[in-house]
Order: sequence, then C-alpha cells, then structure tokens
Amino acid sequence: MIMGMPIEIEIIGPTSPRLRRTSENAFEYLMKIDERFSTYKDTSEISYINKHSHILENMRMSDEMKEVFALAEKTKKETNGYFNMKRPDGNVDPSGIVKGWAIRNTAEFIHTAGYENYFVNAGGDIAMNGKNADGEEWSVGIRNPFNQSEIVKVVYPKGKGIATSGSYLRGDHIYNPHAREEKLHDIVSITVIGPDVLEADRFATAVFAMGREGIAFIERLKGFEGYMIDKKGIATMTNGFAAHTNP
Amino acid sequence: MKKIIVSLVFIGLSAFYVFSRSAGVTSAPIVLPAPAPKPVGSGYKDGVYTGSVADAFYGLVQVKATIANGSISDVAFLSYPNDQENSRYINSQAMPLLTQEAIAAQTAHVDIISGATETSLAFRESLGVALAAAKI
Repeated sequence: MIMGMPIEIEIIGPTSPRLRRTSENAFEYLMKIDERFSTYKDTSEISYINKHSHILENMRMSDEMKEVFALAEKTKKETNGYFNMKRPDGNVDPSGIVKGWAIRNTAEFIHTAGYENYFVNAGGDIAMNGKNADGEEWSVGIRNPFNQSEIVKVVYPKGKGIATSGSYLRGDHIYNPHAREEKLHDIVSITVIGPDVLEADRFATAVFAMGREGIAFIERLKGFEGYMIDKKGIATMTNGFAAHTNP
Repeated sequence: MKKIIVSLVFIGLSAFYVFSRSAGVTSAPIVLPAPAPKPVGSGYKDGVYTGSVADAFYGLVQVKATIANGSISDVAFLSYPNDQENSRYINSQAMPLLTQEAIAAQTAHVDIISGATETSLAFRESLGVALAAAKI
C-alpha cells in the first residue's frame, strides 16, 4: 500500500531472479515513498513538516520533498490555484502529486531494468508500457463511481498515463480551494489521459476541484483528454477522448 | 476590448435563448453562433422581452431584449455568470462543444481498473474535523 492505496505491478517476462528482483525493488521504492510522504504516518517527513509548519521557510527538506513541493507549486500556478496542497487546517498534503510522481519513477525504474511490457497501478493511477501477456494493448476500465464492481468505459492509453480523481459516496477527499465550505457534489469522477501518469495525476486532482468546468479546462489543455461523470451518471468527454476507446 | 468581444458573443447567445424559448425550442447549454441580423418587419413584435434564467453550463444567464421596428435594438443582462472567480476564469474563453453520454456498465474484461481513489476512514474523519474547525 502507498498512502492508503493498493499497489499493483505487472511485468511481462520469463520468470527469472532478475524479474523477481526488479519487482521487489519496485515495491520497496514505493514503500520508501510511503514512509516519507504518508500523512497517515506520524514518523514521515511530511508529518514532521506539518508539525513544524510555522518554520517552513527555513526548514531543511529532502531532495525528494523539494522536488514534490516544486511540482505542487507549478501545478498550482497552471491550474489557477485549483490544485492546492495546503488543506483548510493549514496542513500540507502533497498526495495529489506524489502518487503520479512515484508511479512514474517506478515505471522508469522497471524500464531501465530492461523491461518493455509492464504497468504500475497505485490507487487507480496507472503508468504502462508495451503490451499485455497476450500481446495486445493494455486495456483500462474506468470504474463506475456508483457501483464499484462495474466498469463503465474501456480505454487503451497505449503508453500514455491515466489517472482518475473522484469522490466517494461517503465523503469527498478533494475540496475546492476557491470555495472551501462548498462540497463537490456535482461531479463524482474525472479520468484524465495525459503524456505520462504524473501529468495525468496532477491535473486530474486540480480539475476535479473545478467541478463541472474542469472538463473544459482539459479540452483546452494540449495533449490531454478527459472523461467526466456527474452525479446523474452523465459523462462528458473531451473531443479527442473517443480515439482512446479503440485498441 | 476582450470584455466587449465576450459581451458581444453573449449578446448573440442570449438573444438566441430568448427567441428559441419563445418559439418553444428546448435550449441547450452550448455555445451557439450569433444569429444573422433580421431585416425590419421580420415578424418580431416591438416590445421588451425578458428571457428565462438559462443554465449556461458554468453559470446562469438571463437577458432582457428590446425589439424596435422588428429588430433587436437592445439586449441587457439581468444575470451574468461572473460573480464567482471560477466562472470568470472560464468566461475569458468560449465554452467548447463536448459530447455527452449516459454511463453504462461494460461487460468487457480489462487488464487494469482506474477508479476514484479509495480514502481511508481515518483520512476522511480527520479532514471532517479539520473542515469543521475551519468554519467561522
């Protein structure tokens, strides 16, 4: 698990000590990320930062933390503040960036180890490359936000990154920084396909906070496609999204 | 200058809303081309007409159109989706026309599932307390 989410990695290749080692190293890397970035862990670096947030300016941060903070700042600017890792209680939660960033790094590691066909899935954000065990394009199902056991759309990202942000019936975990008391009820799920999983993830988080307008933001963003589902079960998609539904 | 252009687009849009409603046409919250100017005596009755409150997808629009000599002499906004910062961000550009569909369960088998992030109860509980404390 990373930050409360299940991890799934599949690497296609003949069973070998190298394959097993690569897979183990990939999980180990993600566990280290969890140790550093998990807001659930009292001993994590992010928890330390949040406890001492009043002296944040002078705080020494690890290179990884600095990198993630810089990405968060960049995303905040690019989304007009709709991505904001600062919570209403003053704490900082970079999980909207860390997930995609960590998955991307893990995928790169597997590729460097010499594998062409694999995917890394953490909590519904996926990096993939090559083909599945049957030699076909990796297929991804978008989960039905109203029924967890169903999928409502099948897409073939063909190496692109894909991320889904959404709310659960029992509560929202993403809020609108421009209207903090407002609960996001209108949109229940947004799936973004982008150049890589980091790009898809950081924009999926921000765009979900925009509510209904979010899909228009994705439409205008070059190199990204989106599929948004509202509370009535009506999906709105960007103009280039349909192209991803073909294998 | 930008504001004037945006306003002109809205005037065109809203005029269409007003007249499509009076003709019994179901309106759709989509950007429409501005209608061609009508010649004098085209069939519009002189007077002042208030349109219904229309959902422009990112806010509400309501206009008041004045017809004089059979053509539009004035259109005034009674309600404009500009009161929230997020609306303003979108208003600076035209709203794209996007395809919609009702979601339906798919029976196909897939390799991987992409779904909304599962958030643990602890996180939700914590956030709930934080938000309650943030309320004035």
